Amino acid sequence: MSQVFTKSMARNIFYGGSVFFFLLFLALTFDTTKALPARDQSHLLDPTTELGQKIAHGKSLWEANNCIGCHTLLGEGAYFAPELGNVYVRFGKNKEAIKAFIQSRPAEGIPGRRSMPQFNFSGEELDAIAEFLKYSSEINTAGWPPNQQG
Amino acid sequence: MKYASQSVARPYFVAAIALFVAQILFGLIMGLQYVVGDFLFPEIPFNVARMVHTNALIVWLLMAFMGAAYYLVPEEAERELFAPWLATLMFWIFLIAAGLTVAGYLLVPYAGLAKLTANELLPTMGREFLEQPTITKLGIVVVALAFLFNIGMTILKGRKTVVNLVMLIGLTGLAVFFLFAFYNPTNLVLDKYYWWWVVHLWVEGVWELILGSMLAFVLIKTTGVDREVIEKWLYVIIAMTLITGIIGTGHHYYWIGTPEYWQWWGSIFSAMEPIPFFMMTVYAFNMVNRRRRNHPNKAAVLWALGTAVMAFLGAGVWGFLHTLSPINFYTHGTQITAAHGHLAFYGAYVLISLTMISYAMPLMNGREANSERSQVLEMWSFWLMTVSMVFITLFLTAAGILQVYLQRFSDAPLQFMLAQDKIALFYWLREITGLVFLAGLVLYIVAFFVAAKDAKEPAAAVPATA
Repeated sequence: MSQVFTKSMARNIFYGGSVFFFLLFLALTFDTTKALPARDQSHLLDPTTELGQKIAHGKSLWEANNCIGCHTLLGEGAYFAPELGNVYVRFGKNKEAIKAFIQSRPAEGIPGRRSMPQFNFSGEELDAIAEFLKYSSEINTAGWPPNQQG
Repeated sequence: MKYASQSVARPYFVAAIALFVAQILFGLIMGLQYVVGDFLFPEIPFNVARMVHTNALIVWLLMAFMGAAYYLVPEEAERELFAPWLATLMFWIFLIAAGLTVAGYLLVPYAGLAKLTANELLPTMGREFLEQPTITKLGIVVVALAFLFNIGMTILKGRKTVVNLVMLIGLTGLAVFFLFAFYNPTNLVLDKYYWWWVVHLWVEGVWELILGSMLAFVLIKTTGVDREVIEKWLYVIIAMTLITGIIGTGHHYYWIGTPEYWQWWGSIFSAMEPIPFFMMTVYAFNMVNRRRRNHPNKAAVLWALGTAVMAFLGAGVWGFLHTLSPINFYTHGTQITAAHGHLAFYGAYVLISLTMISYAMPLMNGREANSERSQVLEMWSFWLMTVSMVFITLFLTAAGILQVYLQRFSDAPLQFMLAQDKIALFYWLREITGLVFLAGLVLYIVAFFVAAKDAKEPAAAVPATA
């Protein structure tokens, strides 16, 4: 680069540009936060309601069993097992079907094939997980995934 | 090596390479599980192998960054490290915490580990890449703070160079954004929104500053080009990184419940994210072509040029491939993402770490460069690992394109597992190529022992400095 463009100019672009775009990012974050309640189903999450507690419990079970280590949720996670952000829709909006699937996994797996571990969840835990997955499927994700297969 | 305290970097580098080996071994386990689904099931289920694979990567890169900082900061600051004992102490704390965490992953079911470490007090576990128990995360914060204090004081009391300052800004950002790992609301959208403040603002933000600083240091040392020139380039590159990369976070906000306008912000800014990587390629080759000396450590220069090219391909080109929202609508969360992840991490962060290790290790062992034949081995390992990673990426890309077509694009979309069965060939090819990568890594380690042997018995080999 020629001498017209000096190191101190480069430095100023770095500091000025970084600060400007970080502030812009904060402004967009502020706007997003305001827009979210209309999209993120947060009205379901009230911890004083039974439903809110169930979803919170479901999310903590989702995390404590590292479900994201095989599955994606809204497209994020591992790509070893199906997307679960829309599993409620894929299973015909049937929570019982989700619970039955989780419950029916063989503890020793399936010879030669991928299989979900058997987690031995209680009925209450299964209920919470299904409720969490139902909540996930109702978030407004701008039309993603492209179809039911996730 | 100009200052005795720079040698605190050595254990960091050694541990980094050991964890690198663990990362690759578990990568091979996962790769096999993709096609032989019940391999090691239920003893090491896929999610456990994946945690070890990704967490080992993160920890060894952090180890390499810290080692690099301990090595280059004193030399740039022209004084001894503020507290070498603290650096050594933190190394052992970090290593033991990492070892215990991996042991926990492998020996206890994950839910048991969560209970054992009282995750319910401050639930942070079970999110991709942030699977570590909360106590481990707190340990990382302690290590990071002690580390920042140590190199911060060294810089404060010594010469302030652009390389030093950029390193310090990058590492400070790394520590600050990691704090978002402790924010885990029930609201899934907010959880994901701020999860990216750790993940994206690390790898497409502050880590690139660390990369830039390490590359600049090695280029200054190996080419002898005027520091002023290199520092100006460094500023321009990291300026473009943050100008494009911060709003570029928006490419993760297309489909997680955030407003649709992110499709515009994310697409436009992340489409520009390859620019700083392209500049890095131009600059690295320019500096090497304008070199004022021929540094005897040719392997280090190869790793440095490799970083510049492969970071552009992996982070730049493969990132651009699926960053525009109309394309990402179909590719989001498929093997395309995996392809990009592999080449980007390898090209940018693995290679810059190996560049620094390649440059600094011989100096810490009291020689400017390793013997000729050790360097030849190292260069072989570079080509084996780099070419096999390119092919791993190509196979995953092919798998991803087919997956997108079969599962999301065709008139009769297939179920996930049916689509997976149809693309198994590419998973096999990826796994076989992974074995070549492992061979390259083994060669890399062999090169260290050959170097040590040749240094002891110089008659056996022609020294590269001759």
